[in-house]
Amino acid sequence: MRPAHPWAWWGWALGVAGAASLGTNPLLNALMALSIAAVALLRRTDDPWARSIGAYFVLAGFVLTIRLLFAIVAGAGAGTTVLFTLPQAALPDWAAGIRLGGPVTAEPLAYTAYDSLRLGLILLCLGAANALANPKRALKSVPAALYEASVAVVIALSVAPQLVESTQRIRRAQRLRGGDGTGWRSVTRVVLPVLADAIDRSMSLAAGMEARGFGRTRAAQRQSPAVTAGLIGAMMLATFGGFLLLAGDTPQARGAAGACLVAGCAGIVAGLRLSGRRLAVTRYRPDPWTPRDTGLVVAGLVALGAAAVVASTAWPEGFAVMHPATDPLTWPTLHPAMAPILLGVLAPLALTSAPDGGRP
Amino acid sequence: MIEFDGVTFTYPDATAPTLDDVSFHVEDGDLCVVIGRTGTGKSTLLGLVNGLVPHFTGGTLAGGVRVDGRLTARFRPRELADVVGYVGQDPLHGFVTDRAEDEIAYGMEQLGLPPATMRKRVEETLDLMNIAALRGRPLADLSGGQQQRVAIAAVLAAQPRVLVLDEPTSALDPNAAADVLAAITTLVHDVGMTVLLAEHRLERVLHYADKVAWVRPDGGVTYGEPSDELLRSDVVPPLSDLARTLGWDAVPTSVRDARRRARRERIAVAAPTDAPLPAAPLGLSLSCLTVDYGRVRAVNGVTLSFAAGTVTGLMGRNGAGKSSLLWAVAGGVPSTGTVDAAGRDPRALRSAAARRVVTLVPQTASDLLYLPSVAAELDRADVESGATPGTARTILDRLGVDLAPDADPRDLSEGQRLSLVLAIQLAAAPDVVCLDEPTRGLDYEMKHRLTAILRGLAADGRTVLVSTHDVEFAAGATDRLVVMADGDVIADGPTREVATSSPTFAPQVAKVFAPVPVLTASEVAP
Repeated sequence: MRPAHPWAWWGWALGVAGAASLGTNPLLNALMALSIAAVALLRRTDDPWARSIGAYFVLAGFVLTIRLLFAIVAGAGAGTTVLFTLPQAALPDWAAGIRLGGPVTAEPLAYTAYDSLRLGLILLCLGAANALANPKRALKSVPAALYEASVAVVIALSVAPQLVESTQRIRRAQRLRGGDGTGWRSVTRVVLPVLADAIDRSMSLAAGMEARGFGRTRAAQRQSPAVTAGLIGAMMLATFGGFLLLAGDTPQARGAAGACLVAGCAGIVAGLRLSGRRLAVTRYRPDPWTPRDTGLVVAGLVALGAAAVVASTAWPEGFAVMHPATDPLTWPTLHPAMAPILLGVLAPLALTSAPDGGRP
Repeated sequence: MIEFDGVTFTYPDATAPTLDDVSFHVEDGDLCVVIGRTGTGKSTLLGLVNGLVPHFTGGTLAGGVRVDGRLTARFRPRELADVVGYVGQDPLHGFVTDRAEDEIAYGMEQLGLPPATMRKRVEETLDLMNIAALRGRPLADLSGGQQQRVAIAAVLAAQPRVLVLDEPTSALDPNAAADVLAAITTLVHDVGMTVLLAEHRLERVLHYADKVAWVRPDGGVTYGEPSDELLRSDVVPPLSDLARTLGWDAVPTSVRDARRRARRERIAVAAPTDAPLPAAPLGLSLSCLTVDYGRVRAVNGVTLSFAAGTVTGLMGRNGAGKSSLLWAVAGGVPSTGTVDAAGRDPRALRSAAARRVVTLVPQTASDLLYLPSVAAELDRADVESGATPGTARTILDRLGVDLAPDADPRDLSEGQRLSLVLAIQLAAAPDVVCLDEPTRGLDYEMKHRLTAILRGLAADGRTVLVSTHDVEFAAGATDRLVVMADGDVIADGPTREVATSSPTFAPQVAKVFAPVPVLTASEVAP
């Protein structure tokens, strides 16, 4: 079976990340983290980018640990349930309001843990998207207007290993001249040949691309300024809409935000289409968008929608379950209405199959 | 198909034109080989065909180059991409994507071909170049010959009428080179493609050539039949050397032709006798030398000894362990086993001391150069070697190379750069001199000079090890040949014995007079 479309994985992951951002229930978040890990580990290939998921786990754990440490050492001291007491450092007067050490209470600790778990979960979602979506194939499916930018990114991706390779080769060669490989002089004597090598390579790459017709179909006339201005305007409108959506809390503001977002996005799509017409390059074996890919995105949206419904202020019971109180401390509980969220997170396991030749 | 009409081309800031009043006409379906000394403008001539010269390089062009009726002065290279396919010297540097299949499709994407057509042509091209098995492989993991075939396939997919190749086999071992050349011949004979090809090692391509364009040092170009042009040109491949030695009126383009003519004229040659290889004093001895890169064993427990005052050639296909052996001897890669260079082990010494025992000129000699002028490099070499000032300069003069002291080492030709690096490395007065693949990019004249240099080093009592793919060079320059495969030594003996015992390592003259073991034309001289 063909691997799923890279942007479908991104759609799913962003939906799940959105769902994760809506609640702080640690039970739900832990279940979601397990589900995301299951999907990522079972559906990733053996490619280099797929191995990055481990780094995101480490990063999430790091965030959690650092925030807990700060909460313990420099906690605000709210709450009444004292777990243990650290020796308190006496700070000078100008540091009033900051406390180091002292009694450590459970309430702020639980709050920090819940919140960092949510942040870690969002990081995991990004990690899963990175591991599951082939970045080069993702770049192949960008709009035609962004084609040249995507070519630049692809070339940049291949430059790093080349630089490493030529640095190793030249360092090894320089030792033949008796350099011991330390000190400032050894840096300059490696850097110059490496740069010369990189320039030679880029010149032959440029010659190769030119000889093979790069930019051949670009229309001779320049981009009309109206299209450029319209595109920038649409982008600003969409950004403003996003800002309103996050900042506004009245129904009117939300309505205006929605309108700005929709109009801005429509403008961006139209602008990219118009400027993409200048370039008539075609794509070899682009990843087709199949119903399964739509399914993946829908799964992400289901998780997001279900989380939004449960966490909405219009349903106090749901809101309470999504945001368990930490002062006074209560034991977090799960609610049957949360099932669709987990279902959305786990849906890719049913929708896709394990990659060929990948890990079992 | 390709018409040069009174073409004169001058690079910016150059005082003399690189090509001067060049006129010739390559017929449709011909394979034309461009010959000439290094630095005479072969690459310029090739670049003119697809417009990289002057559109990409700058410079002034007078006269006109027409390809399939299109004037290259008026069309940019990208607009000629559907007529001319251009493959540069190092395929890996010209790849835009990272998988073979995507690379083949890249040119067609730029032409805006419909996806269905692209799919069909990619499959056809994969079959034509016989690389279907490589389609999904990362390009960087392919061998040199495979990369070169992918590069050719990548330009073929756009279905050009003309194929331009700049030294397509210079980095390849003899078998990989034969693969690539066979693929090119298929294109000429079965597809009817016009091919313009620059090459240094003419012995590989001459019998495929229909025409030869000789770029003379004065910038002119003589165009004609291979057998005539080679009799006059300053590029002397082995068979041409043989024809000149024997006073023939035409150069045989293949071993078969030469063999027939030699038999017809009843040319008898006597088997030369060599002095036996000296066994002592030993300059270098290796015992159970093993090099591992991770799980790959590059050199597998090699035990060899080399007498001082001899030149030993290391041969074998790419990846056979030749370079690893040389690097291990010089202490540049970790190895196990013993290395004994007159009682000292270079691996146990600091690098500054090690190079006074064993020195190595690496494959990319330019990696050693980092200063702005030849004089600065030579002075630095004296300091590094603790030699009296002027030592490196004296050595360079003795190598017979005259370099301007203020020249930038990066602007030198391959041969000049090799001589400079050799002088820098010899300033440390080492007893063992290793050269890794020094003949890449050298023309016959420079190879003769390098042969003389290596002979001179051996006469001084040094032990010389040289790895090479070039059987003709090995036949002339070495006393002893060691053939490696998969990290093991599979043949070892006097050059004459090893080179004449298998067709892979036999020079052309040996093939012409087989079974009499002669190696070079000078040994045939009546």
